[in-house]
Amino acid sequence: MNEISYLLFLSVLGVTFIASAAYLVFFFRQNKQVRTIARMILVASGILQTLYIASRYIQVGHTPITSQHEAVVFFAWATTWAYLSFRWRYSVKNFGTLVSVFICLLLLISTISSRELTPLSPALQSWWLPVHAGVSLVAYGFLSLAFCGGIMYLLQERELKSKRFGYFFSRFPSLDALDQLISHCLTAGFVFLTLGIVTGSLWARQAWGTYWHWDPKETWSLITWFIYLVQIHQRLTVGWRGKKGAVMAILGFAAVIFTLWGVTYLLGGVHSYAG
Amino acid sequence: MQGEKILLLGVNHKTTPVEIREKIALSDGYDEPLSALKKIPDCKECYLLSTCNRVELLMVVEDRAEVENDIITFLFGGSLSEEERSQYLYIYYNADAVHHLFMVAASLDSMVIGEAQILGQLKEAYGYAAQLGCTGPLLNKFLHKSFSVAKRVRTETGIGSSAVSISYAAVQLAEKIFGSLKGKKVMLIGAGEMAELAAEHLVGRGVGSVVVANRTLSRAVDLAKRFNGSAVSMDERVQQLERVDIIISSTGATDLVLRKQDVKSVMRTRRNKPLFFIDIAVPRDLDPKLIEIDNVYLYDIDDLSSVVEINKSARDKEAVKAARIVDEEALKFQRWCQGRAVTPTIRDLREKVDGITRLELDRTLARMPNVNGKDRKTLEKMVSAISSRILHDPLTYLKSESCTGRDNSDMKVDVIRSLFRLDNGDDDK
Repeated sequence: MNEISYLLFLSVLGVTFIASAAYLVFFFRQNKQVRTIARMILVASGILQTLYIASRYIQVGHTPITSQHEAVVFFAWATTWAYLSFRWRYSVKNFGTLVSVFICLLLLISTISSRELTPLSPALQSWWLPVHAGVSLVAYGFLSLAFCGGIMYLLQERELKSKRFGYFFSRFPSLDALDQLISHCLTAGFVFLTLGIVTGSLWARQAWGTYWHWDPKETWSLITWFIYLVQIHQRLTVGWRGKKGAVMAILGFAAVIFTLWGVTYLLGGVHSYAG
Repeated sequence: MQGEKILLLGVNHKTTPVEIREKIALSDGYDEPLSALKKIPDCKECYLLSTCNRVELLMVVEDRAEVENDIITFLFGGSLSEEERSQYLYIYYNADAVHHLFMVAASLDSMVIGEAQILGQLKEAYGYAAQLGCTGPLLNKFLHKSFSVAKRVRTETGIGSSAVSISYAAVQLAEKIFGSLKGKKVMLIGAGEMAELAAEHLVGRGVGSVVVANRTLSRAVDLAKRFNGSAVSMDERVQQLERVDIIISSTGATDLVLRKQDVKSVMRTRRNKPLFFIDIAVPRDLDPKLIEIDNVYLYDIDDLSSVVEINKSARDKEAVKAARIVDEEALKFQRWCQGRAVTPTIRDLREKVDGITRLELDRTLARMPNVNGKDRKTLEKMVSAISSRILHDPLTYLKSESCTGRDNSDMKVDVIRSLFRLDNGDDDK
């Protein structure tokens, strides 16, 4: 089983790498055929990621989301499927390029931390685990899409404002399309993030007796949640759209990343992973 | 003929603020002012062009100082001081006038260089002048020449395509900002030709409604009707910003029409929805600082050209090429004008007839090898006698004083030149 799982992981890496390479070729050449191929490869990568996670599940006997490596792979998986589900509804020109590169980076990061299997501490053995951690990481998947959209928005906006129409101008989608994308991903991500926090707190009540006990991860999740809450609120009321919206999507994602890694390595707490 | 000159007076968007131009622009057709112009003493031929960017008066007059004053008074109707007049008005004579009119016709003097509408306006104005008998042999020739110069510039340079592609670029940029243009609203500030062209492109791409703001409301109403839009007064422009998405400004105002704080105050009510400004006026209508506001995009003509990759230098190159054509044609026309005088016509006529007789004599002599020197002299004498006797009557006709006392030598020159085809070869035959 271990070999199969390892082979699956290697193929995930390889296929995702090929997918982002194909997307990059499409980005530079703008050949539609290449895009179709790249899209198929990314779908293949998504399926392989699912299989890899399933194989880990069989190996460890619980949802593989507890070690650093597992969490990052799950993050990549959530981003991939968030993008694919999104892509299915409507298309945003050349968005796939940035997202596939981002997924590829996540998977590369996952190779850094140990793939070792870690037994689950009794406190974590509960069906709350897949619900709480899974939902939170799906939220991160959508929020990372908003982040990618924000970056594209800022690049395109800069070209439009500086009046030098270079490489990105023709290749990037319209500002309006990006703004809508950010808005949709934020909304979806925020809903999942809220669910993640609520389930976490219910689980904490069950496991430790209190809903909330100011663990660094909890605190930072709350901070992240507030950042997103404020920007969604402002977007709906006074119209924080466009550049401000893009900047906020990026800032919010920085908070997400800090909650995911910064807290684990710098602050510790009950959420620290065994790895 | 000697005391006659071509005179061109005018004001345009470069020299004169829109307020002054509006005062002298002719709102009610050409007929009245043209008949008035005809009555000015010593004015032999006249032509008048009035568009929203320029008023130009072209005349053939006797060389007399007072004529000029009469015309200036006619143009401004005494509404301006001496000083203001000299500040705004330009006056060109003969060669310079020719050059200027050719520049105008070739759309090199336009607000948007290369826009095609000016030629149509020139022709329309010519129609009125010709109908009223205001133009004579010289202006007829001159104006027709200016049309053909414009045509030549259009076919030989790429200057015309840049005007069209500029409005195409505006559409492209708008689509990069708004995605689809469906349901978006456009406001035209000032009702210039170029704005109209750009608006047409935008409407073609699905823009929902058009609002026209103009200083003279009647013109705004006319233009708005074309797009099924609405007209507003100039003072409402800032208020309108709350509702519209795309603004095309092309007034001839010397001052800024929209300032940064005007737009900034509106952004809050707009809830930061993007605003897209296009400034095609020279000098600029819109505060360049608008670009500093978030979600506001501002482009002028040069920016737009860079989108369609006709960069400024290429455009300038085409303009230089076009200017070269204009110079060349102006020079040719100048030569034609000089040829119209009596003396050169006599010379040309002599040369032509002498040339023919010499040619025929040489041919005949070549076929007669036995002719000696003395016979040859006799033959030559005979031929030259024939040619002078033939020329005698036309030359007398040319030199004759007219019986009515009116100098109609230009008419005679025309008759002789066309009878003997003295102008062949050097122009649009």
